[in-house]
Amino acid sequence: MGFLTYLINGLSLGSVYALIALGYTMVYGIAKMLNFAHGDVIMIGAYVVFMTMSNTGLPIPIAIILSIICCTVLGMVIEKIAYAPLRKATNLAVLITAIGVSYFLQNIALMIFGSNPVSFTSVISWEGLSFAGGQLRITGNAIVTIVVCLVIMAALMWFVKYTKPGQAMRAVSEDRDAAMLMGINVNATISLTFAIGSGLAAIAGALLCSSYPSLTPYTGSMPGIKAFTAAVFGGIGSIPGALVGGLLLGIIEILAKAYISSQLADAIVFAVLIIVLLVKPTGILGKQIKEKV
Amino acid sequence: MLKVENLVVNYGVIQALKGISFEVNKGEVIALIGANGAGKTTTLQTISGMLTPASGQVLLNDVDITKVPGHKIVSMGLAHVPEGRRVFPGLTVLENLKMGAYTRSNKTEIADTYEKVYESFPRLKERQNQLAGTLSGGEQQMLAMGRALMSNPSIVLMDEPSMGLSPIYVDEIFNIIQSISDAGTTVLLVEQNAKKALAIADRAYVLETGNIVLSGDAKQLMNDDSIKKAYLGE
Repeated sequence: MGFLTYLINGLSLGSVYALIALGYTMVYGIAKMLNFAHGDVIMIGAYVVFMTMSNTGLPIPIAIILSIICCTVLGMVIEKIAYAPLRKATNLAVLITAIGVSYFLQNIALMIFGSNPVSFTSVISWEGLSFAGGQLRITGNAIVTIVVCLVIMAALMWFVKYTKPGQAMRAVSEDRDAAMLMGINVNATISLTFAIGSGLAAIAGALLCSSYPSLTPYTGSMPGIKAFTAAVFGGIGSIPGALVGGLLLGIIEILAKAYISSQLADAIVFAVLIIVLLVKPTGILGKQIKEKV
Repeated sequence: MLKVENLVVNYGVIQALKGISFEVNKGEVIALIGANGAGKTTTLQTISGMLTPASGQVLLNDVDITKVPGHKIVSMGLAHVPEGRRVFPGLTVLENLKMGAYTRSNKTEIADTYEKVYESFPRLKERQNQLAGTLSGGEQQMLAMGRALMSNPSIVLMDEPSMGLSPIYVDEIFNIIQSISDAGTTVLLVEQNAKKALAIADRAYVLETGNIVLSGDAKQLMNDDSIKKAYLGE
């Protein structure tokens, strides 16, 4: 029974990683850049939920929707101010800017909220399910997190395949100039990608802090890096890859913590990543890089 | 239909186009020929909004499109088949064609254009569910042309459609350009294969390091001694 519990906890943590990884992978696929500030958008999202719930007494769904709106706008503003002017700059310049934005967000949060951890109240009040006479308990947090992640993933895959903006995203990710020649507004498409990724980050933030309730301005940083790892693990640029990478990473982390050592868990996670990339450099579901004729 | 006036384009300190002017009338096939680096691709890219000129004007049906963002030019009736084909390799043939019709919304009209494109390129229909990246060079060229036609353009710019293709495909591609023109679409063709280009063109302009050095009736240019020497290898 212990193993099953760990597995479900792993799936739950992995679902959060997968949601965050989506933001990395979509932005990488479409704007061809690594947005290292993505983890900090999660933290901002969690603070918005926290502040709304503790200061206004508005119902939880309203707090989450408000957080999604704030993060969506924040993502688009970051893209517009920090990244769009660098569209033709070198990758390194964009990367450094992204790291700068990350620190900027952390410091803004430090100024506003201070460095003391606040205790986040779970957005899920459901106790969960209990099986085998209480030997196997699945928390409401875990169930809701996994279900939300799967629903969002399915919706996103449908969106990219069947809607017009989704098709524009695929075209821009394949060839930006050719997409423009088709009449696709490349800047608007990139902006939309940031909006979606950041909106999902808000949801990930609320779910993450519901399971791990200590919220500080640095809360987004480590999950951000882990989720980036998950995106690479699954194959960066691939939406199903983010799901597979995120879930595997979550399961490996929890099992390593349970059976090997909680200090070594992160090291084990990254060791597995290195092995996967040695065997398959594009990640588990990564696209083969085609040679241009 | 298309009018280019004193177009100057710079890449940093290098002047790629030094103030060229030319005109494409409705229904014509115009060839733009010249050596590597003469500015042919730059000209097309500036017309379709991929590059911004330093000065000069591009007029499409008397409307100044010099400052119109690139993605808005397609719906004004101008399509561009870029150099190197630039199909979307990870999308299927059908999805590539669908992208070509991105700016259109009338489903019956789009279905009609599919029919026409498949009629001109039967091979694309056979391979409609195949990923574009797995097509041969000639098939990719056909796809790039079909994709451009999906926007139902009144003028098509084609950049080196015969580049890197086997002789059989080169003939086929030029036949298709001819039939696109016969169907009433105006064509601005950039080619290194000057012989083939002049054979199907009505008029031609010769570009040399950013300037138009010669222009006139395509058949006359074919017999021009300097053209023969420089571009036709005779």
